[in-house]
Amino acid sequence: MIDALKRFWKPGNRSLIRELVISDFKLRYQGSVLGYLWSLLRPLMLFGVLYVVFTKVIKVGVGIPHYPAYLLLGLVLWTFFVEATMSGMNAITGRGDMIRKVSVPKYTIVMSTNASAFVNFFFNMIVVVIFMVLGHVAFRPTLLFVPFFIAELVLFSIGVSFLLATLFVKFRDFSHIWEVSLQILFYATPIIYSLAIVPVRLRKLMSINPLTQIFQDMRSVMITPQTVTTKQVFNSELGRLLPFLVVILVTILGAWYFRRNSRKFAEEL
Amino acid sequence: MPELKDIALKVDGLNKDFLLPHEQKNSIKERVLHPRKSGTEHMHALRDINFEVKRGEFFGIVGRNGSGKSTLLKIIGGIYQPTKGSVQVNGTLTPFIELGIGFSPNLTGRENVFLNGAILGLTRKEMKKLYPEIVAFAELEKFMDQKLKNYSSGMQVRLAFSIAIQAHNDILLIDEVLAVGDANFQKKCAQVFKDVKKSGKTVIFVTHDMGAIQEYCDRAMMIQDSRIVSIGKPRDIALRYEIANANIATSEGLEQMTRSKNPKIKLNQLKIRSESKQTTNFSFDEDIIADIDFTVNDPVQAQLNLYFVRPDGHYVAGINTTADLPEFIPKKGKHSVSCVIKSGQLAKGDYQVGVGVYTYPEPAQMIDVIDQSYGTETPIVSILEKSLSRNGDFNIEGHWTK
Repeated sequence: MIDALKRFWKPGNRSLIRELVISDFKLRYQGSVLGYLWSLLRPLMLFGVLYVVFTKVIKVGVGIPHYPAYLLLGLVLWTFFVEATMSGMNAITGRGDMIRKVSVPKYTIVMSTNASAFVNFFFNMIVVVIFMVLGHVAFRPTLLFVPFFIAELVLFSIGVSFLLATLFVKFRDFSHIWEVSLQILFYATPIIYSLAIVPVRLRKLMSINPLTQIFQDMRSVMITPQTVTTKQVFNSELGRLLPFLVVILVTILGAWYFRRNSRKFAEEL
Repeated sequence: MPELKDIALKVDGLNKDFLLPHEQKNSIKERVLHPRKSGTEHMHALRDINFEVKRGEFFGIVGRNGSGKSTLLKIIGGIYQPTKGSVQVNGTLTPFIELGIGFSPNLTGRENVFLNGAILGLTRKEMKKLYPEIVAFAELEKFMDQKLKNYSSGMQVRLAFSIAIQAHNDILLIDEVLAVGDANFQKKCAQVFKDVKKSGKTVIFVTHDMGAIQEYCDRAMMIQDSRIVSIGKPRDIALRYEIANANIATSEGLEQMTRSKNPKIKLNQLKIRSESKQTTNFSFDEDIIADIDFTVNDPVQAQLNLYFVRPDGHYVAGINTTADLPEFIPKKGKHSVSCVIKSGQLAKGDYQVGVGVYTYPEPAQMIDVIDQSYGTETPIVSILEKSLSRNGDFNIEGHWTK
């Protein structure tokens, strides 16, 4: 374990992750006029559409305090999860050419895709803060919990990415399976709506999903304390640990499965 | 036995099998519909590979395409895992088998250098220090801020090669792809090879170029059909490789090789006899004598190699003149030489006998040859033995006691 962590922080491996992220960014926005702005515009445009629909057409957002910031935060967190897991899933197969020819620590490739997604997420969060200021959201000391929940989200994304990256090498079906799963998750997670409008008997089921817990907790500490969090749903100290347990299990499973198979990637690709 | 610290690389009992599916099962549907792994077969890519490379040695590996040498290189580089056996590396090793891995045409030369360096395991700090040397060696100072797609292929290779050479590691794996670029750069590469050799680095070098093998390598190894055929002096390995190639070429019905019409030294005749009579059938206690007639048109220092090849093309053994006739510069005119092969060395069976004349010293180039694959009739020696007690590839000597 300590050995694995030491390898993890080896300067050469850190440099590799960094160079992969830098080149990924340079390549992604090459030849586009707005360049990096696109990674901010995408969630903002989705936000614009959803905001109009859910405040003017279907009145889901009415009654939620600071709904613009509330909705945008949900979308930004969701966008990070989608980007991280989708690119994480494609990480190994996408770099097949490299893996077949050089012995690099494979986890660095998956980590670099998650790091890229995180950079985007960071700038998106700045936009969220701007929305909070414009919407006169009170900045409360609970903001100190934000890094903790972000760390939980990142850990979960990495765990899922490791799992998907390995499965995708073996079964190319997973690009479709994961796409459909994400569509289901988008509606099964309180992103556009609040957990408050969900029937009580469904709340517990939904709250096992770590994304529900993370999104609601983030909103609770950043936007408004009037958010139904997992703590309230389960109403027990043990119950509220359930989503954290899921995160830890998925991460351990993903890392173990990835590690077990990564030695054979060069031959299977 | 050399001490452990003198050994840079030790490959021990290495086997590699690939499980080849008849159809790739990359989707769940196929796994569910055909769960049994019936459609697979084992392909033996490497069988029982054992060798050591000493520290500071320039070690060559030769073999035809598909012989398994690339797989071996990938296992040494840690890209593939061995099925059985082990590879021990003493020191750091360049983990790549190809140049310019990760190069992207849409990044600038500079960006590609840093990316490629990181892939080879260098930190950004190290790369910053090495960068000026890399650029200077590649002679691309003016082009580093241009995108790689605007480089000629020669320039790309130069850049990639510079990074690989500057990535200071104890053991270098070099595949023959290096021999690209213009003549000037090739000369520079040759100089680098010599410098690398002098600097005491261990190099494992894979190539088809027998000239390069003889010029740089201290030792060489030939792989054929997944096995090591021979490890030895570069000259011997090179000769063997050429002969094996020639035999395979004819047995596969490929283009037949032709002898030069007007060689400096022309081989006229190869005859086999025993001490007493003209024959090609030998018993175990008879010496085999080969008489070779040749005509010298243009005196050069040369060596002759007499060799025995099995009907399936396997080169069994050869003996050349360099030990007995070290300064062999025959005068213009007709000559004949003889070689006595002591009795009892070849196992029973048939052998094609061939003879070649090559330049000497290294690198040896073929001047003329009498060989089946060059369309010349060659004698076939049959070793006869009535007893059934001995069998196998060579004539094993021993006795049983009770």
